[in-house]
Amino acid sequence: MRHRSFYEATARQRIVEILDAHSFAELVGPEQRTVSPHMQALQLPVAFDDGVVVGRGTLHTKPVLIAAQEGGFVGGAVGEVHGAKIVGLLERARRERPAAALLLIDSGGVRLHEANAGLIAVSEIIRAILAARSDGVTIIAAIGGASGCFGGMGIAAACCSAVVMSEEGRLALSGPEVIETAHGVEEFDSRDRALVWRTMGGKYRYLLEDCDVLVDGDMEGFRAGIAAAMEAPQSLTLEALEREQAMLARRLQIFGSSRDGRDVWRTLGWPNPETVPLVPTDVFLAQAAALRAA
Amino acid sequence: MTPRVVGVVASGNLEVLIEPATLDGACAFDIDTPARGFARVWQAVISDFFARHRLGDVRISINDNGATPATVALRLDQAVEEYRGVSQR
Amino acid sequence: MTASLVTSTQGDAVDWRSVVSRLFPEGHDIVQDGDLLTGSGRCGGETLAVVGTIHHAALGVEISLAMAQYILKIVREYPGRPLLLLIDTQGQRLRQRDELLGIHRYVALISKAIQVARDRGHRVIGLVYDQGVSGGILASAFSADVCGALPGAEIRVMNLPAMARITRIPEEQLRELSRKSPVFAPDPHNYVQMGAVDSIWEGDLAQCLQDALNRAQANDHRARLALERGGRLLAGRIARRVADDA
Repeated sequence: MRHRSFYEATARQRIVEILDAHSFAELVGPEQRTVSPHMQALQLPVAFDDGVVVGRGTLHTKPVLIAAQEGGFVGGAVGEVHGAKIVGLLERARRERPAAALLLIDSGGVRLHEANAGLIAVSEIIRAILAARSDGVTIIAAIGGASGCFGGMGIAAACCSAVVMSEEGRLALSGPEVIETAHGVEEFDSRDRALVWRTMGGKYRYLLEDCDVLVDGDMEGFRAGIAAAMEAPQSLTLEALEREQAMLARRLQIFGSSRDGRDVWRTLGWPNPETVPLVPTDVFLAQAAALRAA
Repeated sequence: MTPRVVGVVASGNLEVLIEPATLDGACAFDIDTPARGFARVWQAVISDFFARHRLGDVRISINDNGATPATVALRLDQAVEEYRGVSQR
Repeated sequence: MTASLVTSTQGDAVDWRSVVSRLFPEGHDIVQDGDLLTGSGRCGGETLAVVGTIHHAALGVEISLAMAQYILKIVREYPGRPLLLLIDTQGQRLRQRDELLGIHRYVALISKAIQVARDRGHRVIGLVYDQGVSGGILASAFSADVCGALPGAEIRVMNLPAMARITRIPEEQLRELSRKSPVFAPDPHNYVQMGAVDSIWEGDLAQCLQDALNRAQANDHRARLALERGGRLLAGRIARRVADDA
């Protein structure tokens, strides 16, 4: 029975529950003690796996490579070692040709404590995702943890073959606090949870088509959603990107003067935007099928 | 016996890595903790731990992020369970 | 009372025209449209496509889309033409509207367009000629085959007050680190050591550009450079272990 909450689970628990039972073998595990020298230099706590678990396993018997970020360690943020583990996994994918590489993203983006090294690490992840995709590897981003998917990892997610989210997940470039710090609480009240979720939450992103599969926030939901996403990944071709830029241009035209997520939902034809957060996933998906942006 | 790790180095939490080690039957503890001056508290937690579990040829390494003694004790017990293969899965 | 993250005003920005004339003494037709630069330039007898930003541009949805569209147009209409990304950015625009519209998607489109260009044989060169910050540089110059920087450029992930707020490390300590530590200081020479900037471009910029075109290759070799140069000792090794360990 896999009804445990994805949101509440640790990275290790997510891997164990999403992959086929007993199929997971970790690569460069915690006993290797690949801790961050930069966190040590700041005399801050380190993690033996530097906050990301990588390895291989199977999903519905198909071989996969998987990386799961631990959102509880420094907000899942990417440092030199952490980023290198993900990059190495994606390089491995180009050689091993799994059915997919799965990235369970739970990250605020660049680990600020590692500043320049963190920024470069995220850039290397983005390049590795794109290089693997050019090589024909399917890469699925799965987002549903407390740290969300922000900063450079938001760019990385949008570079993947498909994005799977639960309602609890958040996907954006800048986090609410960063926007509020820059332009004030009138611009964005980071403590207004309803505002946050109707700007960057799973259901909103799904309606905007920045999320390909929306799932219930339990392990079975993610397992099924990831498997579904693996069936229909988007390809990285000139034609595909020309379609994408046309879609994004249209989005700007139609929603460019929307003030709020509720305006977007209203424009899409949703009868009662205020109710979106309350609607159960299956009902939401049924209604959304008719209304999703073209 | 394979190395196991439990816990997360989040605020108020800790991770415990437990692995086999050739120590002539002894058990080694390595503790990385941010707060100074709590050696006696750690000693007490470790002593209590040994009262609960007889462990030999094992190295236990901890990355602590300000966990309470109760949380430390809980993680240590979880680590031993995982190590011995007595876990929910 | 909030501290603004917006960096210095246009008044002290590097003049893009002077950079462009140094890059393309053989001639160019680069024009400015708001904060966006587009056009082409001649270098070593070749025509390069150029796209970029000016005035410490904040990368919002419109300019990101325009940059991606330009790159895709070049790939469609000028097969194989090398591409230069001329970058001065304060990072992504930090507004609710951009997040509402999915700016992460618009910015990622730039990186994806660069990858498709790369796959189709276009060499892609990045030059940070003034500021290069977070999402703005990740999408553009750091997605190139080879990234250069002018000696006075600055590359950073975030400004210090915001970093202090989020990390809870006192701003004074971060300031000190920014002066002394190659990991924190925005000096592009640190990025050279850490492998992300291939070299500092000085003097004959046209020659620097030609050298970069000659060095361009499709694989990301920044971690290898970082190891050779000593700026990041772990990234390459750990990636190798994850990639190759049995």
